[in-house]
Amino acid sequence: MAGPMKMRASLGAGFTDVRVLMSHPMETGQRKGSDGKLIPMHFIQNLTVKVNGKVVIEGETSQAVSRNPVFSFRLKGGAKGDKIEVSWLDNKGETNSTDAAVA
Amino acid sequence: MHRIKLLGAVLALCVAPALAHAQKSPYADYQRMTAENVPTELYELEGEQLWKKQQGPKNASLERCDLGQGPGVLKGAYAAMPRYFADAGRVMDLETRLLYCMETLQGRSRDEATKRVFGNADKASEFELLSAYVARQSNGMKLDPGLSHPKERESFELGRALFYHRVGPWDFSCATCHGVEGKRIRMSELPKLDDPKYAGPLMATWPAYRVSTSKIVTLQWRMNDCFRQMRTPEPAFGSETTVALIHFMTATGGGETYRGPAIKR
Repeated sequence: MAGPMKMRASLGAGFTDVRVLMSHPMETGQRKGSDGKLIPMHFIQNLTVKVNGKVVIEGETSQAVSRNPVFSFRLKGGAKGDKIEVSWLDNKGETNSTDAAVA
Repeated sequence: MHRIKLLGAVLALCVAPALAHAQKSPYADYQRMTAENVPTELYELEGEQLWKKQQGPKNASLERCDLGQGPGVLKGAYAAMPRYFADAGRVMDLETRLLYCMETLQGRSRDEATKRVFGNADKASEFELLSAYVARQSNGMKLDPGLSHPKERESFELGRALFYHRVGPWDFSCATCHGVEGKRIRMSELPKLDDPKYAGPLMATWPAYRVSTSKIVTLQWRMNDCFRQMRTPEPAFGSETTVALIHFMTATGGGETYRGPAIKR
């Protein structure tokens, strides 16, 4: 079960700043556990951002991203109440998503 | 763009006189940069779920837990702790009070509830998640732990005495590291915690997310770990000793605006 996500989307002059926090272990596959064995890779591979149902960002991320990552980005335009949806998919096929209205 | 953001943060620091002394320190730069991305909100969300989760033999949630402002009132509760609780007959900090509620409301045994008081990067403990959630509701309020009840005075005085009391094989006291201005360990500045100038900003930012260990840490953990570093036997969770020390330091920093849960190195 994927942990919580939290997003904020705030409107600026002609742009929208979005900041999304997600909980994920982001294991690189190179770390050893207390038993001395390698901890298998487990990281977010794909990130999708939709605005009002339309895909605006499709990103690929790697193991180089830290645990519990924060993604922040700026979208052109936007209006109050626009629905922003962010979802991720990791290498184990787990997924999670959250949405927020632009404020 | 990034430079503009940083400049803004520098200006904000100049405005806050309490932080002005930290401006030249490279550690302060580091703190400011990491503070832009605080993942404590994730723990607060989990803490909220846990607060409302029914569990224990009585299958009850903690929603009726009285943190000093009345049953279930969270706003400002953390900023007014530690404080005396008449029902328990002793001074408690947040974590000790949470344990009390787990025992009384949820009917859990102390042994069971304290089996895992400190978590790790993979899984935070109940106390850590709940602390983050409760502490957030005091954000922006002034730290004002109880000092009027005789038991509160007693706890404060005990904390003060313990702060300077040297113990263990290395003959350490809290004051050995935290009693002098300008000390540091590696990149971390060691705040002089019997001085309001340093105790305030520090106590106003616990509990916190620790970047170096990717986990959320609480004041009970901090006390526990300081005693470990002093090579003493491990203090009991929520003991009079740990609560008194937290009480002493929080009261010393009293009046400071709470701005946690925050982020630490």
